[in-house]
Amino acid sequence: MEIYGLGIVAFCMYIGSFAGYFIGKLLGVSGNVGGVGFAMLLLVLLSNYYETKKGGWSERTQNGILLLSALYIPIVVAMAGIQNVVAAFSGGAVAFLAGGIATIGSMLLVPLIGKLDKDETIE
Amino acid sequence: MYMIGEIITTLFSKFPLVGAIGAVAIIMAFSYWFANLIGQKRMGSAIAIVISLALAFVAGKTTGGAKGISDVTYFSGFALLGGSMLRDYAIVSTAFGVKLENLKKAGLPGVVSLLIGVAFSFFVGVIIAVALGYNNAVDAATIGAGTVTFIVGPVTGTALGASSEVVALSIAAGVVKSVVTMIITPLIAKSIKLDNPTTAMVYGGLIGTTSGVAGGLAATDSKLVPYGAMTATFYTGLGSLICPSIGYMIVKMFL
Repeated sequence: MEIYGLGIVAFCMYIGSFAGYFIGKLLGVSGNVGGVGFAMLLLVLLSNYYETKKGGWSERTQNGILLLSALYIPIVVAMAGIQNVVAAFSGGAVAFLAGGIATIGSMLLVPLIGKLDKDETIE
Repeated sequence: MYMIGEIITTLFSKFPLVGAIGAVAIIMAFSYWFANLIGQKRMGSAIAIVISLALAFVAGKTTGGAKGISDVTYFSGFALLGGSMLRDYAIVSTAFGVKLENLKKAGLPGVVSLLIGVAFSFFVGVIIAVALGYNNAVDAATIGAGTVTFIVGPVTGTALGASSEVVALSIAAGVVKSVVTMIITPLIAKSIKLDNPTTAMVYGGLIGTTSGVAGGLAATDSKLVPYGAMTATFYTGLGSLICPSIGYMIVKMFL
């Protein structure tokens, strides 16, 4: 059933966020530290475990999860719409410089790390 | 006439979430139509985000509020649809379909590129944020996280308690990254040897913005898309994990 898929993601989010808030408390940061990442990892482990042990979740259960991931971009669009863009506009140079330089720099690292792999295969 | 207007207002105030979903659908339909028109099919989501940011700018100017479109009565549902609860719920679901064996297959270059990619973008973002006057550790870390991707920025900002202005900046940095990736990738693919599965995986791990990587690779060589997307899938999760924790702690040591 579709609701099972939604429920599985909800379960992962609660467990992951529990870990996130727990680490937050330990670090003295108020908030959810890495909870989303933990939840994603948990979902990867759970889905792969079911895949190998029980042949995976039923198609309808999967549909519940796929519905959510299909909503991810629209939700990001809505999220962009509720930001304080007017205030951000005054410091817009930061966004352009940070985004632009990080992207171009990362691309230049591609052949470097690609090479590192080839060297290790030869060894 | 007055009565009809009253009913319409009632609709928007009674069903705000439904109204927001409808409005986002219209924004996305327009964006994909426009993306098709200019022959950049995969830029649809990036265009939709830019339009949404532009609408938030207009709304902020007219209402004087800090919450973009949701300050307009008719569109208060945007705060529900785009709020952190549904956002994180949807992001977690995207991990479904990631195979453990693919995680292993990407292997050493994938893992190395992911770690270096997240750290590189984060610290470039932090350094530029500090250079331009965002000297507070929370602000610098949030902008740095936004430079990782436009998801990691708000996730980090929310965790650290950053202001909406800084969160908006972090999203903007991530959007710039996504758009720049889509435009530049096909142009420099040859010079960075982006022509085989291994470099495509490394590329996905270094750049990480899933929409940018998928768009950029599709414009370069569509056969490379799954390899780049494979590593890129982990990028946002890894960023969400380490930016608000280790990343923030390192930034805090220097600021």
